[in-house]
Amino acid sequence: MNQPNSRPTSELMLRETASQTAGPYVHIGLALAAAGNPTRDEEIWNEMARDGAEGERIEVVGTVIDGNGDLVRDAFIEAWQADAKGEYQREFDLKKPFNSFGRTATTFDHGSEWSLKTIKPGPVAHASGQPQAPHINLAIFARGVNIHLQTRLYFEDEAEANGKCPVLTRIESPTRRQTLIARREEIDGKVRYRLDIRLQGEGETVFFDF
Amino acid sequence: MQEENKRFVERDRNWHPPAYAPGYKTSVARSPQQALVSMQKPTVSELSGPDFRHLRMGPHDNDLLLNFTQGQGLPQGERIIMFGRVVDQFGKPVPHTLVEMWQANAGGRYRHKNDRYLAPLDPHFGGVGRTLTDEQGWYRFRTIKPGPYPWPNDMNSWRPSHIHVSVMGPSISTRLITQMYFEGDPLIPLCPIVNTIKDRDAVETMIGRLDMARSTPMDCLAYRFDLVVRGELQTFFENQ
Repeated sequence: MNQPNSRPTSELMLRETASQTAGPYVHIGLALAAAGNPTRDEEIWNEMARDGAEGERIEVVGTVIDGNGDLVRDAFIEAWQADAKGEYQREFDLKKPFNSFGRTATTFDHGSEWSLKTIKPGPVAHASGQPQAPHINLAIFARGVNIHLQTRLYFEDEAEANGKCPVLTRIESPTRRQTLIARREEIDGKVRYRLDIRLQGEGETVFFDF
Repeated sequence: MQEENKRFVERDRNWHPPAYAPGYKTSVARSPQQALVSMQKPTVSELSGPDFRHLRMGPHDNDLLLNFTQGQGLPQGERIIMFGRVVDQFGKPVPHTLVEMWQANAGGRYRHKNDRYLAPLDPHFGGVGRTLTDEQGWYRFRTIKPGPYPWPNDMNSWRPSHIHVSVMGPSISTRLITQMYFEGDPLIPLCPIVNTIKDRDAVETMIGRLDMARSTPMDCLAYRFDLVVRGELQTFFENQ
């Protein structure tokens, strides 16, 4: 049987399986509650920090907006961030108070906002020696998105660290750097950061290749 | 930190579908117009990723014949095993990685509130599965073969039978979502989503093959679907 993925197209390497859009029903597979379906005992979802998590408790929220300025109401987002000490906790375990990995989604409900309940990450080391500013890596999947879009969320109240971040400053256009910076809000004494992700056009979010 | 010495083979973005592929209409307003910003030196943030060995799974999480009603009744449709191996571009198995899948039922209807296709739901089918690859990179699911369904793109567009497949791999750099199609399906070359990919060999990487040897006689057929994630390299001679 010819397994195309097992056939090297060069003498040296296999080709990566090609990407396809996650489609309109990604939520039934990867965000069961958001699809209104029964959930399993353990789900990977948006409560990255729970009671006992070390660090500043924050909520991170936003919308996803298409090239017409309309809300994308069927996006699925994955987050990867360091803990308060700037270290990645690779072992995902719901018994731990904090997980570096989380998932969220926009739907036709809740104002079509995504939300992550987490802690503010600490600065992460960089090979250059200059620490990276605190940030959360985000991957955006949706109907109409053929290969997921990779971006980062930075924090408006870390202006000094942002100004020196070796990744953020790699973006040639200072105007475009602003598209990654979440705005701080305080609601009933709780800290919330907001970042709207614009897929296309005016204020288009910076997306990375890495 | 171990990630500092690691990198992944660059993604070939001509092999993957482009963001803007106007035959698939939704991509027109959902594709960035600006160039991607390439990180010449991905950091630990990009080179690390979650390990799901401590995620507690249910006994039927990879068995869609049983996992919606816990065997109270069986779903309608072609019983199949879907299995394969996750390897990287150097052929190295990717053990203990999370593979997730979701799909429509035998009639092409999804269990999602926005799917209003007139084909009925199956009371015994949910359409979601997950598993970890074993030590050698193998995974398996048991399910029913999904039906094609119509969707509003062209005047008369139908998706081929497909199962959405999500794989994490060793880091967020290898993260991939794709779709498995079924060998010989005549809808494959007609599909605007398949055709976002220009290279026919790239389309072939998404086609599950009938594997009679792994079928269970008098019970279910089997389709093999191998997944290849980006190759992991050690970096040598850096910084000096």
